[in-house]
Amino acid sequence: MNLEFEKAITELDEKIAALPAQDRTPQQTAEFEKLQKAKDAALKEIYSALTPWQTVQVARHPERPLIQDFIAGLFSEFIELHGDRLFGDDHAIVGGFATLDTWRVMVIGHQKGRGIDDNLKFNFGMARPEGYRKAMRLMHMAEKFKVPVVCFIDTPGAYPGADAEERGQAEAIARNLMEMSALKTPVIVAVTGEGGSGGALGIGVGDVLLMMSNAVYSVISPEGCASILWRDGTKAPEAATALKITAQALLKLKVIDEIVPEPIGGAQRDPKAAIAALRKVLIRNLDRLTHTSTSKLLKRRFEKYARIGSY
Amino acid sequence: MGWFTKKKATAVPVEQPAQEIWTQCPACKAHVSKEEWDKTFKVCPRCNFHERITARERVDLLIDPKTFTELYPKIKPSDPLGFVDGKGRYADKIEEARQKTGMNESVLTGYGQLSRIKVALAVMDFRFLGGSLAGSTGEKILLTSTFALKHRMPYIIVSASGGARMHEGIISLMQMAKTCAGIARLQEANIPFISVLTDPTTGGVSASFAMVGDIHIAEPGALIGFAGRRVIEETIKQKLPDDFQKAEYLLDHGFVDLIIRRDQMKQTIASLLRYYRR
Repeated sequence: MNLEFEKAITELDEKIAALPAQDRTPQQTAEFEKLQKAKDAALKEIYSALTPWQTVQVARHPERPLIQDFIAGLFSEFIELHGDRLFGDDHAIVGGFATLDTWRVMVIGHQKGRGIDDNLKFNFGMARPEGYRKAMRLMHMAEKFKVPVVCFIDTPGAYPGADAEERGQAEAIARNLMEMSALKTPVIVAVTGEGGSGGALGIGVGDVLLMMSNAVYSVISPEGCASILWRDGTKAPEAATALKITAQALLKLKVIDEIVPEPIGGAQRDPKAAIAALRKVLIRNLDRLTHTSTSKLLKRRFEKYARIGSY
Repeated sequence: MGWFTKKKATAVPVEQPAQEIWTQCPACKAHVSKEEWDKTFKVCPRCNFHERITARERVDLLIDPKTFTELYPKIKPSDPLGFVDGKGRYADKIEEARQKTGMNESVLTGYGQLSRIKVALAVMDFRFLGGSLAGSTGEKILLTSTFALKHRMPYIIVSASGGARMHEGIISLMQMAKTCAGIARLQEANIPFISVLTDPTTGGVSASFAMVGDIHIAEPGALIGFAGRRVIEETIKQKLPDDFQKAEYLLDHGFVDLIIRRDQMKQTIASLLRYYRR
């Protein structure tokens, strides 16, 4: 599925599809290669200059890898664990022990679905208090077992339901922020898709904050910001630019630590390559953080956040 | 008949117009004398409506006279994103807020004595850009928690906020983590943190320091919640009850320890702190 701003690609795709898949004449082969080259060049041009609003579309692409894909692609073993021991099991958050190469970790992440049924089951990756509480329970387990935590962030936001309010959505997120900041085990946070405000941050306080190059991270959705500050929901593209929500902008603001490059054309075009790039970055950071003393880890983590908004 | 030739008496000075000694409760519309309104710290004696007060007024209410020392008064917003929206420049909004309130940020921080107990204090002011949490707000709150840690003083934060300030984007969001990191350190050191929840305490503020107090004290009728009522109603396609997200609702649902009327707030906090042995 091509995005609206990828019209040129769609046209090229159609021309390529018009050629026979096999037994091409030399002329057709030449044509095929010419079109492929043109497509690669067009993708490169578009993706090297995405506007923030275009980046939002890529971050939300229905074929973008989700946590299910990251788990399958990164870990040789994954044992999912369930429940917050207080109320229930939130399907919008997935978590469990996992093995990445030689590293044993606790992986936690927002779970979106593919297709409407899946998404309803996972509530579109919008967690309730029981999701944040499950996450924190697993993080304390990781602390006890002395394994690092890897959190994958991809959520439109915390679920704004009456039941979530009733069960203390604010308190659940707040508690996670407080406890994650002092967790005595390394925490790596990777924003893989949408970093939806407090709902994202609720499992997003750690020692290193990574972001895939076409992911976004914002205090409010561009649509929400546009309707409040521009009084016009159609001004979302302007809001997306003003808010500085792209990986590049956030690196410049020194809020994120590293950008994980995506293949040209976005992770949705080559999930394997996207996952491979993430694997490399995760391993490097796991190596570094697991060789850091706990006291140094905690001190640096505190300073990392103390520095933001300090002038 | 003398009245045609009688001189008119000199006009008697007119009494002060009624409007200047009376005010009206915004909630129940009762007429309350201004004197009484000030005496109760802007709480309606008839319906108990708690009107919003300024940070300075809150300090006067909680801290023993002449014992308050302001900390970090010069910290102000830096406009990290150079934000401009449909309504104008953030830089101009900041200036307007400063003119309006005489404050440099949405939080007033310092230390003083509360019934002779030394406390560190941060009080938010809703007049300053909706009490919103931005970089310099979080900075003041964190620095004051560090001060409390250093001097082993209980920390009291009075919240009044619409949440994170959009104009500073992710910088504002990260203040949620930053302020909570400060609270975590107080927890580790066994220093009490009392969170006073006033109307309104919402969004990124309720989802950070406001809801990780050892003790949560709310004012009656205060709106305390994460998502906005309208957003929730649109999400679940249902109307919510009137008491939804009010202090009393939070008490029933287990998230608030006490609901205390403004005029009893200071003595309640003092009583609680007397249980703390340094």
